[in-house]
Amino acid sequence: MASNEKLLEVKDLKQHFRVGRKGVVKAVDGISFDIYKGETFGLVGESGCGKSTTGRTIIRLYDATGGQVKFNGEDVHGKKSTQELKKFNRKMQMIFQDPYASLNSRMNVQDIIAEGIDVHGLAKNDKERKERVEELLETVGLNKEHASRFPHEFSGGQRQRIGIARALAVKPEFIIADEPISALDVSIQAQVVNLMKQLQQEHDLTYLFIAHDLSMVKYISDRIGVMYFGNMVELADSDELYENPLHPYTKSLLSAIPLPDPDYERGRTRVEYDPSVHNQDEESEFREIKPGHWVRCTPTEFQKYKRELESKS
Amino acid sequence: MDKLLDVKDLKVSFNTFSGEVQAVRGVSFDVNKGETLAIVGESGSGKSVTTKALMQLLPKPQGFIKDGQILLEGEDIVQKSEKEMQKLRGQDISMIFQDPMTSLNPTMKVGTQIMEPLIKHQKMSRAKAKERAIELLELVGIPDASTRITQYPHQFSGGMRQRVVIAIALACDPKLLIADEPTTALDVTIQAQILELMKDIQRKTESSIIFITHDLGVVANVADRVAVMYAGKIVEIGTADEIFYNPKHPYTWGLLGSMPTLDNDGYDLIAIPGSPPDMTDPPKGDAFAPRNEYALKIDEELEPPLFKVSDTHYAATWLLHEDAPKIEPPESVKRRMQGIANTGTAPGVAKDGEK
Ligand SMILES: Nc1ncnc2c1ncn2[C@@H]1O[C@H](COP(=O)(O)OP(=O)(O)OP(=O)(O)O)[C@@H](O)[C@H]1O
Ligand SMILES: Nc1ncnc2c1ncn2[C@@H]1O[C@H](COP(=O)(O)OP(=O)(O)OP(=O)(O)O)[C@@H](O)[C@H]1O
Ligand SMILES: [Mg+2]
Ligand SMILES: [Mg+2]
Repeated sequence: MASNEKLLEVKDLKQHFRVGRKGVVKAVDGISFDIYKGETFGLVGESGCGKSTTGRTIIRLYDATGGQVKFNGEDVHGKKSTQELKKFNRKMQMIFQDPYASLNSRMNVQDIIAEGIDVHGLAKNDKERKERVEELLETVGLNKEHASRFPHEFSGGQRQRIGIARALAVKPEFIIADEPISALDVSIQAQVVNLMKQLQQEHDLTYLFIAHDLSMVKYISDRIGVMYFGNMVELADSDELYENPLHPYTKSLLSAIPLPDPDYERGRTRVEYDPSVHNQDEESEFREIKPGHWVRCTPTEFQKYKRELESKS
Repeated sequence: MDKLLDVKDLKVSFNTFSGEVQAVRGVSFDVNKGETLAIVGESGSGKSVTTKALMQLLPKPQGFIKDGQILLEGEDIVQKSEKEMQKLRGQDISMIFQDPMTSLNPTMKVGTQIMEPLIKHQKMSRAKAKERAIELLELVGIPDASTRITQYPHQFSGGMRQRVVIAIALACDPKLLIADEPTTALDVTIQAQILELMKDIQRKTESSIIFITHDLGVVANVADRVAVMYAGKIVEIGTADEIFYNPKHPYTWGLLGSMPTLDNDGYDLIAIPGSPPDMTDPPKGDAFAPRNEYALKIDEELEPPLFKVSDTHYAATWLLHEDAPKIEPPESVKRRMQGIANTGTAPGVAKDGEK
């Protein structure tokens, strides 16, 4: 269960990529949010808005252009020594979107899963290593006969389980799952999501769950952040976000989700987002409209959103 | 209603080193003029192979139509020569493939790619074809079309490229458009635009669409009728309302149950356990039985026929036999069927959007 103890604190995180000689892509441009111990934080937004870059920068696959990331109160991006980095790497793991490309096809399942165990010296000998791998395979719903096989012998859902076993192998506290189910078909998506939920309870895990599929995000997340062009535009408890979306981009995103209900679909009206509705002369900032519900807005919009919420309750 | 396409007992196989893969094992369905039929089912169930057989685009020589008829306006196209098929593909049937990047030629101007089939199949002059290409780009909502036709695919965003692919597919006013996961790679906002566009064009041109997807939300949006495939067969077929609100096959229950509704806190998603059967050696009874918690003894022995539920609704499960025990679908599916599941009114914005 989610607690009110902060596990991860992200402050004004920036990731700018240099492209060509003069160009700069501000993939992530000053976002701030906290993730509490035991919760699942969902991150959504359209393709190219910077979700993966956020995840990758937090786990230090990239060096941040600016800002701060604290894990358990410690500034992780300030760390220099490889020893300290290694310790931190163990606590934070990533599951990747593509179960086909993210597993080394020349390694068997046992070696894939044990890679982290080897790096961090978590097994005293071969016997212990083998036992640990078998235990992990069982945890993710595969069996020990699978250990000697190669990735191409598995289906998409099974491969994603192998990726999860690999992440769990080093006993992390925090897992960044970058679209872990997008490449899978619906029935298998449910298998993987149920597995992630179950593991969260058994191992006290905290998740950052990046996704496209908004109904699945709603299902798995405690809180959700909506990104638009490198910025976070809205953040709230997942029920609150679906019931009372305030930012026009969030409204547009929610109105575009196709739902498995023909009656609803026949009556759907889509709302389009027009960024020019914001008054450019006023400063936009991330502000708390009601406890826990944050929206990026100008002072005038802030008053408007407050009234909008009051009129609804 | 007028039947455009009538597929009868279609069987498609592949010869491989490990034996004959029976990818499609006797599929029958029809598509009326102006209608959209959605085909759903898990990965490997035979959706793409079925439609590739319709286009006669199976990889040769390993892939072949083993049996069955494909009647397009009453004429069996299985018998047609490759030359006749080429003409058909340019004019009567066209297909949108899943990945817009691989179906466009990166080294060729977008306009030229749209004009090519027009010049080849409709014998248009270059000038006429160019005019039509601009018109088509405008139709799919690409602004400034006359400059756009001189650009290359990489100068278009993902959503725009997919629109170009759709424009090419529509170039010859096909009677039948086959769309294989046309929006899976796109995000929801662009997806919604493209679905609206396809429906709009369908209204204008009266064309028929076969739409393959595994997103049941998309199915609910586009489909008049839905065919559910499992292991190379259609296990349930009916109108969209029948499939979503009165599903009869346990596999359809599984599919619907594995989609979250917006209020199923406390209701677990039902994952369909196990994996699909080996199609080189399909089981002799009901292929879904090993994964079906409602399987009956007879399922191991005898394959269920399609039982009639209504004039438009059929399902292949022994549960519909009069001697079968009465079984209730799982709770989450029942809630959906009774319209209690809150898919209909959420999210909060749906209200805002109402006029
Ligand atoms: N290594 C890089 N170099 C230059 N630009 C990059 C790099 N990685 C990402 N970008 C750019 O940064 C922006 C954000 O990309 P990112 O991959 O974070 O998006 P995303 O939200 O994960 O999108 P998707 O949903 O499509 O995965 C995009 O414009 C992308 O082109
Ligand atoms: N060229 C081929 N050679 C051998 N088997 C093939 C070939 N193409 C497809 N198959 C097999 O035919 C079956 C049906 O494949 P098909 O591509 O129609 O699945 P699908 O329902 O479209 O799945 P997806 O949702 O993953 O696209 C699968 O078992 C597949 O392995
Ligand atoms: Mg990404
Ligand atoms: Mg396919």
